Amino acid sequence: MKIKLDHVTKRFPNRNKKIREDVIAVNDFTFDIPDGKLIGLLGPSGCGKSTTLNLISGLEMPTAGRIYFGDTDVTDLPAENRGVGLGFQHYALYPHLTVLDNITFPLGNLRGAEKLTKEQMRAKAMEVAKLVQISELMERRPSELSGGQQQRVAIARALVKMPSVLLLDEPLSNLDARLRLQTREELARIQKETGITTIFVTHDQEEAMSISDLIVVMKDGVIHQIGKPQEVYDKPCNLFVAKFLGTPPINVFEGTLKKGTLYIGDEAVLDVKLTENDASDDKKAKAKQADSDRTVWVGIRPEGFVPDAEGPLSCSLSKIEVMGRDTSVVSTHPAFVGTTIRSIIPSEDAAGIEGETVRFRLKPAKVCLFDHETEETIPFEAR
Amino acid sequence: MKQSKYKGWLYLLPAIIFLGVFMVYPLIDVIVYSFEEGYNFVSQTSTGTGLYNYRYVLHDTYFVQALKNTFVLVIITVPVSTGLALLISLALSSVKPLRNLFQTVYFLPYVTNTLAVGLVFMVLFKKTEYSDGMINLLIHFFGGSTVDFIDGPHWAKMLVMCIYTVWIVLPFKILILTSALASVKEDYYRAARVDGTRPSRIFFRITLPMISPMIFYLIITGFIGAFKAYSDEVALFGTDLNSAGMNTMVGYIYDMLYGNSGGYPSFASAAALILFAVVFTITCINLMVSRNNVHY
Repeated sequence: MKIKLDHVTKRFPNRNKKIREDVIAVNDFTFDIPDGKLIGLLGPSGCGKSTTLNLISGLEMPTAGRIYFGDTDVTDLPAENRGVGLGFQHYALYPHLTVLDNITFPLGNLRGAEKLTKEQMRAKAMEVAKLVQISELMERRPSELSGGQQQRVAIARALVKMPSVLLLDEPLSNLDARLRLQTREELARIQKETGITTIFVTHDQEEAMSISDLIVVMKDGVIHQIGKPQEVYDKPCNLFVAKFLGTPPINVFEGTLKKGTLYIGDEAVLDVKLTENDASDDKKAKAKQADSDRTVWVGIRPEGFVPDAEGPLSCSLSKIEVMGRDTSVVSTHPAFVGTTIRSIIPSEDAAGIEGETVRFRLKPAKVCLFDHETEETIPFEAR
Repeated sequence: MKQSKYKGWLYLLPAIIFLGVFMVYPLIDVIVYSFEEGYNFVSQTSTGTGLYNYRYVLHDTYFVQALKNTFVLVIITVPVSTGLALLISLALSSVKPLRNLFQTVYFLPYVTNTLAVGLVFMVLFKKTEYSDGMINLLIHFFGGSTVDFIDGPHWAKMLVMCIYTVWIVLPFKILILTSALASVKEDYYRAARVDGTRPSRIFFRITLPMISPMIFYLIITGFIGAFKAYSDEVALFGTDLNSAGMNTMVGYIYDMLYGNSGGYPSFASAAALILFAVVFTITCINLMVSRNNVHY
């Protein structure tokens, strides 16, 4: 099912009654979710991800804007009539019911022509249980299951009605690291097998990047960027998105653009040609300004550094961390924003690095430029 | 290791001494009394041992009356008060405005003295030279005839007794149940709502099982409390409960010991042990029933 959010806004009255201003949890959201995809809603905590999910599920009603499932306007439809499956962060499995009863619970709500017999319910439950691989746990109670198993039961319960949309709120956050890795692959597999449009919320960028077909990066109730994970990673639309995605995080320097050359400190690190070809006057003025000196933020991905004795960027070396396949070089630079620069290089290239300073050449594709004031991306080509 | 074993007992000693002197010894003494026939309180002698005391008590019409009253009280007030408390708690947890006010109002009887409450009930039910009581005024209003609730027919007295008991135990039950309801996580309800669960099904399949331990606790303590009822009867009908026909088992035991017809510790002991047997049996039945219906 295709989902469309059209200028959706959700405000909550402020808890602190002295402050009259409402809290805007979701601010003017407009986006299309294509059918049958796995979408990750990504953002730091408190950015309105869960509220967005609740709006789509119908547990919350938007203050303004419309929500469409396919071509149907479901904005005024209560949750039970939207046909969504919802998975909760803390699973919300009914502790007094067995796994089987938990999974069949939604089926027991069907009435009239849709009403199922006990055997039919059981058969359906067994079917989804097989899909999420918990067939042998059907008689147990939730308290007798591990976290990962509980999560599977929760997903099975959300799936048993074969909803048109599956919504998962922080599905992996309660699992330990190893299980999280395994379960997220499971999640991607289940989504592929069922083909149900799935939206999941996470604050873990790695989780979102690894399994989503499409990620939506949010902050403070505003969508910053929507796109394929690699696309968002390579071409972040602003500094926030660039910083939020990737581990280790992107290294940000203060730099200057002078006549088509990018300087970090006094070192000319890259020849660039700005591609701001937008015809608007404002942009033109900016482009002109770009010909003269222009201060910018320079974001360089950890993998964008190539150790090179002749390289233009010199950093003072702090330490080298060997991680097996890769080596992490930690260094400092006066123009760097933050404390230490972390670059990741293949271990075989790390042999020559020693002494006080380390020199790098930059991979242009791994470098992003951002406006110093607006923090928006400045598109450019390397020359 | 050996030393620490004695240490443990040493720490327990004060409690063991107190419990032994004030709980265990009297309990054993009661059992002994109940089998001693013709016990004389003054000379502390008895004529023999046997089941005579039990036979006497079980054939005593006052005891049979007390037993009947107690059973009626238990069977009516425990389910009614628990059910009513559940309804009120559900209502309380579903309203937002004035919730605190209502909670306070419902809790008031709990902090009010039994005898003061008895006085209020007198105003409501007692027939005096000046008025027939508030309830009778209501009955007259709807065209009924006067009922003497305090000195009249047995059913009327029993009705007042039941209303009084329910009213007095309600606040505590409401307090327990509202907090039990509040402790059910919102996510369960949200999950049920997304699945389109009907309110009745949410109540019976989610809410009720989730608060079942608390309901069970209230039923057990309710049963035991109702079996031990006595002071409420005195507050309403005075100390001569036997002639009012409103005596309870604890009341009978008390009368046998200290009342006008008192001075028979053997009969009192036998009655106390019968009460114990009854409460024990009922509690066992409760526990057995709960095993399948209470979810911890």
